[in-house]
Parts: sequence; structure tokens; C-alpha cells
Amino acid sequence: MVPEEQSIAIDVRDAVKRYDDFTALKKLSLSIMDNEFFTLLGPSGCGKTTLLRMIAGFENVTEGEIFLFGEEIKNLPPYQRPVNTVFQNYALFPHMTVLDNVAFGLEMRGSSKSEARKGAGEMLELVQLTQFANRKPSQLSGGQQQRVALARALAPRPKVLLLDEPLSALDLKLRKAMQLELKHLQRETGITFIFVTHDQEEALTMSDRIAVMSDGELQQLGAAKDIYERPRNMFVADFIGETNLLEVSVDKIANGRAVCHLGGGHELTCNSVEGIGVGSKVHMSVRPERLFISATPVENESLKGRVKENIFIGTDISTLINLVDGPEFIVRTSNSDRGNKRIFEPGNEVFVNMEMGAARLLID
Amino acid sequence: MASRSYDIKSYTGFKFITLACLVILYAPLVVVTIYSFNASKSITVWEGLSLRWYVDVFVGPESEKFKLAAMNSFVIAIIAATVSTTIATLAATAVVRGGNFRLRTASLGLISLPLMVPEIVTAVATLIFFNAIGFDRGLMTILMAHIAFCIPFAYLPISARMQGIEDTYEQAAMDLYATKRQAFTRILLPLMMPGIISGFLLAFIVSLDDFIITNFVKGAGVETLPTAIFGAVKQGIKPNIMAISTMLLGLSVIMVTISYFISKSDNTK
Amino acid sequence: MTGGAPNSGGATTDTYAKARTWLLMPAWLVLLVLSLTPVALMLVYSFLTKEFRGGVIWDFSLAAYDQFFFDRGLFGDEPARIEWTYIGIFWRSIWQAGAATVLSLLIGFPTAYFIATRPEKARPIWVFLVTIPYWVNLLIRTVSMKFLLRDQGPLNDFLMFTGLIDSPIHIINTNFAVQLGLFYSYLPFMVLPIYAAVERYNFTLSEAAADLYASKWVTLRRILLPAVKPGVVAGCILVFVPSLGSFLAPDLLGGAKNFMIGSLIEEQFKGNAGNWPFGAAASMILLTLVLIILIMFTRQQAKSNKAGG
Repeated sequence: MVPEEQSIAIDVRDAVKRYDDFTALKKLSLSIMDNEFFTLLGPSGCGKTTLLRMIAGFENVTEGEIFLFGEEIKNLPPYQRPVNTVFQNYALFPHMTVLDNVAFGLEMRGSSKSEARKGAGEMLELVQLTQFANRKPSQLSGGQQQRVALARALAPRPKVLLLDEPLSALDLKLRKAMQLELKHLQRETGITFIFVTHDQEEALTMSDRIAVMSDGELQQLGAAKDIYERPRNMFVADFIGETNLLEVSVDKIANGRAVCHLGGGHELTCNSVEGIGVGSKVHMSVRPERLFISATPVENESLKGRVKENIFIGTDISTLINLVDGPEFIVRTSNSDRGNKRIFEPGNEVFVNMEMGAARLLID
Repeated sequence: MASRSYDIKSYTGFKFITLACLVILYAPLVVVTIYSFNASKSITVWEGLSLRWYVDVFVGPESEKFKLAAMNSFVIAIIAATVSTTIATLAATAVVRGGNFRLRTASLGLISLPLMVPEIVTAVATLIFFNAIGFDRGLMTILMAHIAFCIPFAYLPISARMQGIEDTYEQAAMDLYATKRQAFTRILLPLMMPGIISGFLLAFIVSLDDFIITNFVKGAGVETLPTAIFGAVKQGIKPNIMAISTMLLGLSVIMVTISYFISKSDNTK
Repeated sequence: MTGGAPNSGGATTDTYAKARTWLLMPAWLVLLVLSLTPVALMLVYSFLTKEFRGGVIWDFSLAAYDQFFFDRGLFGDEPARIEWTYIGIFWRSIWQAGAATVLSLLIGFPTAYFIATRPEKARPIWVFLVTIPYWVNLLIRTVSMKFLLRDQGPLNDFLMFTGLIDSPIHIINTNFAVQLGLFYSYLPFMVLPIYAAVERYNFTLSEAAADLYASKWVTLRRILLPAVKPGVVAGCILVFVPSLGSFLAPDLLGGAKNFMIGSLIEEQFKGNAGNWPFGAAASMILLTLVLIILIMFTRQQAKSNKAGG
């Protein structure tokens, strides 16, 4: 989904951020569309928070430009940028009531005190916290504080809302609920959300598009499904979800298909990738849930192996299989219709089969 | 049968020493307080409870002298504490929220200078300074000296407090369109208030208490409460001195108690 | 916090970096003029010639230092011998301050330790109890001590009443009275740093020692003390340094025999001696002594910080 008629909300061009002896961002460019739920995903230290803080105005830009709806903003102080932030630890002003917290931004933008309070009241209604308006932040639970922080950042109607790992302090259940609420809030308000997280599952759940970052560089940018199913390189394949990463050598390329050698005489065919020629030794990624096990070969590319171990993980069963003289595979089988499915026990001789198009060659 | 408890932390005798320590600390103060209510003219003989020496402080033959000294002390303490607290607040903002800069360490050193130099040396140096520039000694010289040595006392609780305030509050304020000045006055300053009040109270007490420096830089005939008391004690401890001491003692205890409870009320939590 | 930004997360930030010059200006101004310049001028004065009723004549002279260290006879024409009077006063001051420090340590360490091992909620109250007297006017405290310790004072009355003694014990105007006064003046300075160190101490170490057959006292000496040593050293410095230059305790509790540096200096400006350059020189010598101690202390703290990681 690349909506061409949409305008670009944030345009980062060749942004570099250098500290004394450390480069946090290395010439990074990306465009974030208006009305989009956009996620910056990566492990800690990858530069995602730095990028967010540069957009907010808390970090200066060493090189490059940042445009907000076509306007260059890199030299504006934070208080002149129509973007608001939901901070990781919320940063609710402890000496003010919930209502005054939410009214703060409106007041600073020039609303009268009563106007600001009215606007804040409406915002609190949106996040269902009206009855807590006169409490101090310390009297609220973590989830409620989270919603106040959201209301406060949304109250001045920013053009872009920045969220810096806002759910990381919540427990799992609350986090799941907030993920949906955030998604709904974004739809309702139509404001561009830029969300920073290191949790790939969270990113996949919420985002229209995801930018995967590592080492200050953009690794891949695309829709959630794209990133999961068509990872571009090793880092993305490994970071997003569980996968079988196999070292392969390309034997033959014909009609857009590449035949790859896995070692031990095993072969797999997958789509060829531009830049990977015959003879190259590369990595291949196969998602475990796109493999299935059978007692007899089902097609000519079934891979023969032996079951090493079954791991029960609730919804699924994960089976480790050693190929004969070859690499190890993880296969995920849904735990849903157990009656019809045969569970292979350790030691059983089995065949590993792959759905069409499940294997992907990766550029390192 | 329960096993004998072995408390790794407790040492026999430490509790006794602690209690003895408290007795040593409080005994002189308690004794003076009790004797300030003695009806006798002699400080040695106990003749029963009386408020006569408190009355004597306010209307007795020496009352004018002590009233004037008390007035001087309080005016100087209030002005010195106000000015030094203001200066210390600004300085703490620069040191704690001003990033790394070359003069940062030097500034910290300069601010703590009055704490490192022995009081008697500060007294001598200040006296010499006013003498060298030909400044007449009087209330003004006392006030100036007090402002200088009160700064570190005001600075310490204020900077400690500011270090405890996360900078995300100010960032959040600026993100919500507050300018730096607004972020300071609307967010940082209110959050720092407990530290500022503690700083003010400490500076006030330190100024009110000072004897050595005041004694050096005061002009002839100008007295503060400590110098007046010292002068009187040189002739021997009299009951009215004990009454004044008890009142000052009570004031100090009240102010320190207030300061304690204010610093305990943490408004960031 | 992700991103690895070196200046994020901590409370020391550069939010007000642009305004810092203006914010620091008043402090610099006041302290440069009223703290640093006076000390510099004091150094200058110590090299000037004395005027007889106080003050100085602006002629360079080494007379003040010469008088401090050398005896050249009544008329100044005899060969120079070491003058022991003032060195002796300094020596006595160091000794008295040292004794007061030891006294403070002997009582302050158990107290600090006891407080630090109270339940967490009770600790501030104990600390508060120990520090209250410090905030009472030093002069009043010293006078109270004098009142208590007098030959006919409440302490002797009490002891004779209980029959422990037959005649008053003479405490006032002794070395011990001065030490007690100094202890009383600066005890919180000993207790607080030791308290802070013990509070940070990881008692699992003591448990490990006990597990390995160390008795309590061995544990104290071999495990706890080395761990809290920086706090102990800090406490000793904080008591020793102000004791060295103190004036009130020796003056009110020590009497004429127990003269210390503070009184010697005071005498030059307020008393009959009226020798400003000599007073300035004595102050300089005291200040130098204190600065040497502080520098040694800072070095040692820095070293033990490094060693402790």
C-alpha cells in the first residue's frame, strides 16, 4: 500500500546524528505519509529514539533535513513544532492535576485558561478519564497515566503524534488492550502517529507501515505484512518473528526461480532475487509456520529428516527436525485440530515440506 | 524450640552508644532550657519555676540592647537568606541544567569555597577586604559577608533537588509549546520548591547563628544576637542569657523541623 | 532509553545551556568579590608591615612570618632561633582537633551504624534527631556545655547527688572540655557520611563472611570497615578541619591555658595584640594546612572511587 494521493507528513532526508565519538544515525531518509500509523522498529541503540527526538526537536540534526508537511523544521525549537510526544515514562507534571496537565499545551498555544480546560475536558472524555480530572497523576494507575499522557499530547491537535515506547511500562494484558485503543484513536483523530518500539509483535499488530532500523540505518521499510513475509535481509528476517535461517549456495537460476543447495544433498527452489547470482553463498529464510511435516514425501522437494524434539507452546507445537546430513529445521504446527493431525515423536523419520513461495533468499 | 536468632547486623553496645550520644547532644540544651525557668537570681541554686527571666529579656535593663540585636539579626538573616537563595537557585539551574561547560567545575568550586575555608579565615579575609577598600564596618558589611557564606548552604538542597527532577518534564512542557522560560517558571520552579524552601531555611539559620564572621566584620557598637550574647557571657552566664538562648534554640528547632517535613514531602511522586 | 544518546536519561542536561552565563553571573560576582578576593587580599596583607593599633602600612615585609617561626630576642638583634610559641599553639590545635575527631569517631561510628541498620522508614527520624542540635546556634550550644560542666554545674550536682563522687570533678578549662566542645560542635559531620556509607553497604557481604566462619567483630573489621572507609575518612576530615580553626569551644571551655589557632588569630584583630599582618600570616598558614588536608582527601577519595569501580 503506497498511497500516492496522500501527502507526506514527515520527510527525513539524509539525516545524520553524530555525538562526540558515536554516530547514532547514518544518512537516513524516509517519508511518513499523512494519516498513517507508522512504526520505527529496532533493537535498543538502533537510533529509533534519536530519530524521534530529532523530529520532536530535542536533538539537533548534525546533517540533513527534516520536513513537516513541506516545511523545514530542523531549526525550530520543540515549542514551535506542531508535533507532540507521548513520553516513555509519560512525564506527567506531578504538581498539576490531570486536567491541568491536559490543558497545558492548549494554554501554551494561547488559549485562555477556561478554553484550555474545556478542551482538556473533551480530551479526557475521549480517553474515558473524566472522573479523574482533579486527581494528581500519582493517584492514577499506570494504564490511566498512559491515557492521560495520550490525551495531553493529543489535546493541542498536533499534526503528528510521536510515541516513544509508551507501552513498555505496562503489563502484557494492558499492553494488548492499549495497542488496540491506540490504533482506534489514530483512526478516529486522523492524526499521523509515529510509534517507536523494540517489540516486533507490537509493531506488526498496530502499524500501517514499519521502518526496521539497526545501527543507525534503515534496514527495510514497508507494510507490516510485507516486512514479515518478504524480509529483505538477514537482520530483518531474524529480528521480525521466528525463522529458519539457512546457509545455502545457489546452484541454478532459470525463469525467475533459483535452485539452492542446503548441504547434505538437500535442495530447495525459491524465487530468485536480483543481485544474487549462480554460485553465491547466501542465507535463506523460511518461516516455521509455512512448513509442514509428513510421514512420506509429498512432492519431489520433500526434505528427509528425523524428529529431535517437540516443544509445546500453547497455540502451536514447535518441532525440531534434523535433516539427514543437513541443517536443523523448526516447524510450527497449529495446535487447533489435533484429532486429524499426527504428532511425530522424537526419533521418527519424517519429511519436511514447504508451501510455495515460503523460502526467501536474503541479501546480507 | 525456636533457634537463637543471629542478627548479622546488630552489634552489642552500639545501641547503648547511640543513646549515650543522644544524651550528650541533648543534655546541655535541656539543662539550659530548664534553668531558664529558674526563679533564682543565681544560676547555681534552683528556687522553683518562674518566667521572670523571660520577662526580664523583654522589659529588663538590658532589653533595649537585646531587642536591637535581635532586630539586626533577623533583618540580616531574612535578607541574606532571600538573596543567597535566589543566587543559588539561578546557579543550580546553570550547573545542573546547563550541560557540560568549561567553567562548570570552577563554578562548583567557587560555590563551595565558603565551606572549605575555615570560618575564622573567612572572617579575617572579609575584615581585611572591607579595610582594604575602605568600606565602613556596620550592618551592611555583616549583610554582605552573610550573603556570601550562605550561598553554599542554600545551594546544596536546591541542586540536590534539581538533580532528582527528570528533565523529561521540561521536555514535555516544551513539546506542549511552552518556551524555555515558561518551562522554567511553570514546571521546574514549582517542582524545585521544596528544595528552595529548605535552602532558604538553612541559609536563614546559618545567618542567624553566625558569630565568628559577624564578630569580625561588625562595626563598633553594632550587635547581632550572637555577638550580644557572647559579650554578655564573657561576664559570666546570667539567667536572662539562658532565657534568650532557650528562645533562639526553640526557633532553630522549629525551623529545622519545618525544613525536614518540607523536604520529605516529595511532590514528584 | 534507546538511541545511546550520551546526554539523555540523566538529570544533568543542557536545557538552559544558553542562559547559563547569566544564571551564574550573580553567584560568580558575589563569591569572587566576597570570598575569593578577600582571601587573596589576606595573602597580600600577610606580607605588609603592621600598624600599631590595628591595620597595616603598605610596605612589603616578611616580619609576620619571621615572627611566627623565629625568635630574634627582645630587640631583634640576636641570632634567630626557632620560635616555639606559635608552632606550639598550632601543634596543640592539631592535637586537640585530632582528639576531638577520635572522640567523634568512637561515638559517631556506632551511632551512624546503628541508625543505618534501623528499618528504612525509621532512619530519617534518627538522622533528624542527631542533626537537630547542630542547627542550634553554636554559641548557645557551647555556652550550654559550659553551663552544664561548671564545677557547681548540674552535671557535678547530679554526680554528687547520686553519690558517685564526693567533690566536684573539674572539667571546665581542661583539654578534655575543649575536646568535648568540639565533639559537640561537629558530631553530625561524622555521623552523616558514615551513615550514608553503611546504608549503601551490601549486607550480603557480611553474611558471606559469617558463612565462611568469620565472627561478628572480624566481619566488622575485615569486611565492613574497608567497605565504608571512604565515609569514615570523610567524616574525620569534616570534623577535623573545622575543629582546627574553631574559636568558640577553646575560648569558652578551654580558658587561657588552652589557647588554639582560632584564638591566636582573633587576638590579632579583636584583642590587644593588634597585629594584622601576623594574624593574616597565621590565617594563611592555617588555610594552607587545611587545603593540604582537603587535597589529600580528594585524591584519596578519587582513588578509592576508581578502585571501587
